[in-house]
Amino acid sequence: MSNQPPTTTSLQVITKGIDWAAFVRKYMIIGILILFVIALAILTGGNSVQPVNLVNVIRQVSAIGIIGVGMTFVIITLGIDLSVGSILGLSAVVAASLVQIPTGSLVKFAGIDLPVIVGILAGLGVGALAGFVNGLLISRFRLAPFIATLGMMSIARGFAYIYTGDGRPFSNLKPEYNYLGQGYLFNDPNTPLSGIPLPVVLFIGVAIIATVLLGYTKFGRYVYAIGGNETAARVSGISIPKITLIIYTMSGLLAGLAGILWSARTGSGNSTLGQGIELDAITATIIGGTSFKGGIGSIWGTVVGALLIGVINNGLDLLGVSPFWQIVVKGGIIILAIIIDERKNAKKA
Amino acid sequence: MGEYIVEMHGITKRFPGVLALNDVQFKLRPGTVHSLMGENGAGKSTLMKILAGVYVLDEGQITIEGVPTSITSPRDGLVHGISMIHQELAFIPELTAAENIFLNRELRNKVGLVSKKHMVEETQKVFDRWNININPASRMKDLSVAQAQMVEIAKAIAFGSKIIIMDEPTSAITEREVARLHDMIRQLRAAGTAIIYITHKMDEVFAISDEITVFRDGTWVATEPASKMDRNSLISLMVGRELTQLFPKSEAKIGEVILEVEHLNRGNHVKDVSFSVRRGEILGFAGLMGSGRTEVLETVFGIHAAESGTIKVNGKEVKIREPHQAIAAGLGLLTEDRKKTGIMGVLSVRDNMSVAALPKFTIGGFLRKRLIEKECEDQRQSLALKTPSLNQLIQNLSGGNQQKVLLSRWLLTDPDILIIDEPTRGIDVGAKSEIHRLMSELAKQGKAIIMVSSEMPEILGMSDRVVVMCDGRLVGEISRADATQENIMELATRFSEEIAVA
Ligand SMILES: Nc1ncnc2c1ncn2[C@@H]1O[C@H](COP(=O)(O)OP(=O)(O)OP(=O)(O)O)[C@@H](O)[C@H]1O
Ligand SMILES: [Mg+2]
Repeated sequence: MSNQPPTTTSLQVITKGIDWAAFVRKYMIIGILILFVIALAILTGGNSVQPVNLVNVIRQVSAIGIIGVGMTFVIITLGIDLSVGSILGLSAVVAASLVQIPTGSLVKFAGIDLPVIVGILAGLGVGALAGFVNGLLISRFRLAPFIATLGMMSIARGFAYIYTGDGRPFSNLKPEYNYLGQGYLFNDPNTPLSGIPLPVVLFIGVAIIATVLLGYTKFGRYVYAIGGNETAARVSGISIPKITLIIYTMSGLLAGLAGILWSARTGSGNSTLGQGIELDAITATIIGGTSFKGGIGSIWGTVVGALLIGVINNGLDLLGVSPFWQIVVKGGIIILAIIIDERKNAKKA
Repeated sequence: MGEYIVEMHGITKRFPGVLALNDVQFKLRPGTVHSLMGENGAGKSTLMKILAGVYVLDEGQITIEGVPTSITSPRDGLVHGISMIHQELAFIPELTAAENIFLNRELRNKVGLVSKKHMVEETQKVFDRWNININPASRMKDLSVAQAQMVEIAKAIAFGSKIIIMDEPTSAITEREVARLHDMIRQLRAAGTAIIYITHKMDEVFAISDEITVFRDGTWVATEPASKMDRNSLISLMVGRELTQLFPKSEAKIGEVILEVEHLNRGNHVKDVSFSVRRGEILGFAGLMGSGRTEVLETVFGIHAAESGTIKVNGKEVKIREPHQAIAAGLGLLTEDRKKTGIMGVLSVRDNMSVAALPKFTIGGFLRKRLIEKECEDQRQSLALKTPSLNQLIQNLSGGNQQKVLLSRWLLTDPDILIIDEPTRGIDVGAKSEIHRLMSELAKQGKAIIMVSSEMPEILGMSDRVVVMCDGRLVGEISRADATQENIMELATRFSEEIAVA
């Protein structure tokens, strides 16, 4: 057997190019979305790709998407926020109660006429406060995120019911408020329903801000670091309680925003609003590639995930599938997404 | 059956962007200990993972006991009697030792339910026969690294493995435990088991091996009987050049006291510890494993809360309750346990490197990406980091290269006081002297370095002053001129005569 070392230093060959398997894994979700859009277009004879319908789909998922953005931060750090649906409901009733036309019937604060902005800020504030409490429970009292937000899910919903008293929704809202949910940007006055619905505009705005936060700031790096290895992150000088507080407050705030948009869209603040939306938001986040194992995730993925949910729901609607079946389908999708997530991680380990 | 129990030929393995193994060969004789040597990232772990079925080869043949064999899953490996004790021990912390041994092969009672009692009994039998002193019902997370390793070995023996692969088994255990492990290896060898042994510790290689194979940069370099090699020839085969100086310690001007720790207390591990370190000084912390060295420094750094005591930096008292306060005070700490407290596995090399220094790398909270890129690239070159790009996930790097990234993480924060817990754990000889040179360099720049090390040559070679710990107490201080292996060991074992030195 030869024992001469090779005469030339054999440098490790670094093969150039892209890791295609990783590329496909990363962007698969976009392909799936396109596939679904095409399939539904064929099945519905083109109805599903009418611009009006497409815009409608995006509007419908804007609440899921906005909440999903907050959920993305939460899940990257290995957390979960089950309370977003309830916070949405609570924010919606609080905001709506403050923007009712004071002269109408069934008014919470009869005769008090506040500027609309007060109602909006109150709705956002309530959402942020509930999220802040979640953050405190998790970071200071060391509750598991699942437990803390499960508790908040019940507490916030309870408060929403208590606040509405007899359970009747607050309606007769001021038109300026409703405009937030029903208005359009770039609306051509001659063509009704033209332009981009305001909830969609806000959804896009939120997504852009979140993308910058996650990808271009220290805060974003810290979020990934905590999800990657919390102990190592702490040793590296990251204040885990501080980041945790910010993340859950943000999630609550975004749920509050979704609540305002939703109540403005329907013109009433109902205490049952947003029930079950936490599942949709979690599903959007996970099918968008955020990992339950922490440290991995992106905002664009969640946005695409939310769109996918919207397209599927809308398609099933157009095809006349019963809403009950739609719930079953949704459950199936989230299980599938988690299986894919597990597989991805198993490969890497 | 021929002369060899395993023959691997023409093995090639690619990862995205990396040719990890290039047409390598490896042959193993039954009843021998065969060491696999090479620098960090040479491909040692990868080849062994292929043999154990963790990775699947791209090209090449494996022959086991003369029969061409395809191994495509860990199951296949086990079926052919191959067990691997991984570099990063992999077990489920909540399981008991017995459950871990019978994982996926649980013993069942008549009704078909898993029988814990039966498994504990069987495990006890194995432990008894091999003189392993561990309670089979204790949980894995409560065991020390050495004990956990013993359990993994017992697992291999219990199922009659003919080939046992040990990937850097001694990087985190005490000398006495190493001796114990080597005894066990010799017994196994006598019983006909073939052992593949990977280490970066030169003295161990020659103590235990029958044959040595050397890899460099994913290629096979040589296979020789151990008796035909010596330390220098082995190193030059590994590194491809002569290593002139193993401990390149250069004299630095020792300045004023920069860190003073007084009467630090925390539970049983830190009892009234006081010490100080000066600018330009390398202070060695010696002691047996479990003597409290790591705990003292982790307490100073705010990872654990101190019960009492004061810490002064530059003569001013500082409150350190969390690591970020320590960092703000100018400290850095490279921790001992790479996997648990070091790497963020699914993040990139760049993110892992820059995380502690981010406050320096931002303006108004926004990342200065170009600056980060430049600084990380500089680190990569100066430490000769082996990675296809800074985007690579750190978990895809070899163990030693992960360690280099973590060292860079702290170098980037530019600390005044750098604490390094086992600086060269799992690091190859070449890189080791690089890191030592770097430590000397930092000291010259007027930084203070505190180094915990279990390797006596490292302590003796690098420290200006050695403090010795035993049983949570600081029991002595020796200057560089006076320090010897003997007087350090004497201090390290002074409280507990029963802790014999290997
Ligand atoms: N899963 C993976 N994905 C991508 N690259 C990998 C993977 N595993 C190993 N590599 C690369 O293959 C090369 C060989 O790695 P390997 O772990 O075999 O080195 P090693 O010889 O065991 O080094 P060390 O002494 O540092 O443990 C390295 O460049 C490493 O980065
Ligand atoms: Mg290795």
